[in-house]
Amino acid sequence: METKKAIIELRDIRRDFKVGEEEVHALRGVTFSIFAGEFVTIMGTSGSGKSTLLNTLGCLDTPSFGDYFLDGVSVRTMNKNDRAILRNRKIGFVFQSYNLLAKTTAIENVELPLMYNSSVSALQRQNKAIEALTAVGLADRLNHKSNQMSGGQQQRVAIARALVNDPVIILADEATGNLDSRTSYEILVLFQELHAKGRTIIFVTHNPELSQFSSRNIVLKDGRVVEDTHNDAVKSAKEVLDSLPKVDN
Amino acid sequence: MNAANLLKIALRALNNNKLRGFLTMLGIIIGVGSVITMLAIGQGSKRSIQAQISEMGSNMIMINPGNMDKRGGGVRQSASSMQTIKLEDYKGIVEKAKHVSVASPSVSSNGQFIYGANNYPSSIYGVSTEYLEIRKLSIGEGDMFTDQDIRSSAKVCVVGKTVVDNLFTSGDDPIGKVVRFNKIPFRIVGVLAAKGYNSMGMDQDDIVLAPYTTIQKRVLAVTYLQGIYASAVSEEMTTKATEEISEIMRANHKLKDSEDDDFSIRSQEELSSMMSSTTDLMTVLLACIAGISLVVGGIGIMNIMYVSVTERTREIGLRMSVGARGRDILSQFLIEAVLISITGGIIGVVLGVFCSFAVKLLLNWPIYIQLYSVVLSFAVCTVTGIFFGWYPAKKASELDPIEAIRYE
Ligand SMILES: Nc1ncnc2c1ncn2[C@@H]1O[C@H](COP(=O)(O)OP(=O)(O)O)[C@@H](O)[C@H]1O
Ligand SMILES: [Mg+2]
Repeated sequence: METKKAIIELRDIRRDFKVGEEEVHALRGVTFSIFAGEFVTIMGTSGSGKSTLLNTLGCLDTPSFGDYFLDGVSVRTMNKNDRAILRNRKIGFVFQSYNLLAKTTAIENVELPLMYNSSVSALQRQNKAIEALTAVGLADRLNHKSNQMSGGQQQRVAIARALVNDPVIILADEATGNLDSRTSYEILVLFQELHAKGRTIIFVTHNPELSQFSSRNIVLKDGRVVEDTHNDAVKSAKEVLDSLPKVDN
Repeated sequence: MNAANLLKIALRALNNNKLRGFLTMLGIIIGVGSVITMLAIGQGSKRSIQAQISEMGSNMIMINPGNMDKRGGGVRQSASSMQTIKLEDYKGIVEKAKHVSVASPSVSSNGQFIYGANNYPSSIYGVSTEYLEIRKLSIGEGDMFTDQDIRSSAKVCVVGKTVVDNLFTSGDDPIGKVVRFNKIPFRIVGVLAAKGYNSMGMDQDDIVLAPYTTIQKRVLAVTYLQGIYASAVSEEMTTKATEEISEIMRANHKLKDSEDDDFSIRSQEELSSMMSSTTDLMTVLLACIAGISLVVGGIGIMNIMYVSVTERTREIGLRMSVGARGRDILSQFLIEAVLISITGGIIGVVLGVFCSFAVKLLLNWPIYIQLYSVVLSFAVCTVTGIFFGWYPAKKASELDPIEAIRYE
């Protein structure tokens, strides 16, 4: 593990929100590092600070206190524009509610992050999008519009969008939260495949069952890390999926 | 993000909301359309008045009694001040003014013309034979009265077509017939060639001309003149001719240097510039009204852009989360606003040109579309789009990505 590169380094991260007169402490000093090739599940009950933490990791939010290094770069001192560029080049975000562009084809949705990178040509953009959609198993759905796809397919498009810029880390916030259990396992299978190919993934969930499928589990409670364990017996999501009763489509 | 991609996004956004886009454009369409139509009407009437004036004789000079400049205050001039022009003035101008080609005295009277059972109210103008040349009139049938008629104060006259139509309803040949004007019999020696209505809607054929001596002695019983018409040798010489006439008349009237003129001279050139300044003012007013509708259209764009930004808050949040910077979002919405206004502008130009021709065909008004009015309204459109699109676009670019993406 010593030889592995730290993708993420958090040092005493705190995040306070002012709500009226009161201060809400969403994160109360979080310290950990995540290394290249890890598949980390962050768990915790609702309101424990998972999303706040993930937004910080995703450079969407800045901590009130503490240091954050992403791929060796300090994020805390960056301005808005630099953080936008960082998100564009180093991070892939997957949201609970997919957040695809309405009335837009899968391929165009996946191309979106590359649109904001002027060093990628139109042709490269298209090729990379096709590549990413193939990786999530949607090679035959390139020109389907977002409203013509199922929830699982939409989430796959969203995952392809998170992959397309070849990020150093993929952040997923309750990525299976809107899906039925079968589709959830399908998505988990996909994440495990991506992990097997060397992707670094942080998967946020409030569902403790899902912790068995990742290599490391971090548990948050009231804005603090209360557990940080390695999982030596990673369960195969594919096996679980195969054992589920089949449903007719 | 490059311009082509931004344009694509904006086009898609408009395409997804065609009806709303069109309704938003409507303000701009009406604004641009009315600017172009109004300017076309304004310019058209200006040009037609100018054409009319030069047709009437652009080197014509009119001399009237009393000082026009002092008349303005609403004070009625005394009867004596209206009798300052004498026959000597006319003769002086004819003999001494080198830049005047011809001149005619003018006296007139209103009254009833009677022929048989027909009765027609009009005016009779006492003039010399040169009047025809000065006013660019010509005889259609018969002859003009002669200088001999003037010397003998003969009771003869030349009439316009409208007068003929009203008096000779049974279709008699008017030449040689005798009509009565205020009981005085006048023999018709000629009929003027018809000229129709002028641009101010006055019937130029409602006219009767007679020797000025006849009107002075037999109708009005006066020795003074009501005015003098003159023609400068050319349009360019009008100012010189005016100065000469003024000198001759001041000398005739024995006015001291300290005294004001007791007459006033108006040239057609002056009238023309007065007219065009009036129509220019009209054009400006019309354009202002149309400009206001452009502003209203712009506010419509601003309103719809606000709605658009609010509706697409989540989309904005998502774009930001995948790396869109504030300025990317700003240009996206700005281009959308400008696209709405420019598309509206193009449709507005087409509508404006169409309406201008409709006005010409249906109302018979003169129109003239100037290229600059098209270019101007187009430029104003683009500026309107940028100006009114800026604020909503700025708002969008300043959204917080986390709040935006969670927006319900
Ligand atoms: N923008 C905000 N303003 C105020 N309080 C917030 C804001 N975001 C999160 N919080 C608070 O911070 C705490 C952690 O929230 P969150 O990170 O969303 O929890 P989780 O994702 O684990 O459910 C909660 O108490 C929440 O109310
Ligand atoms: Mg959450």
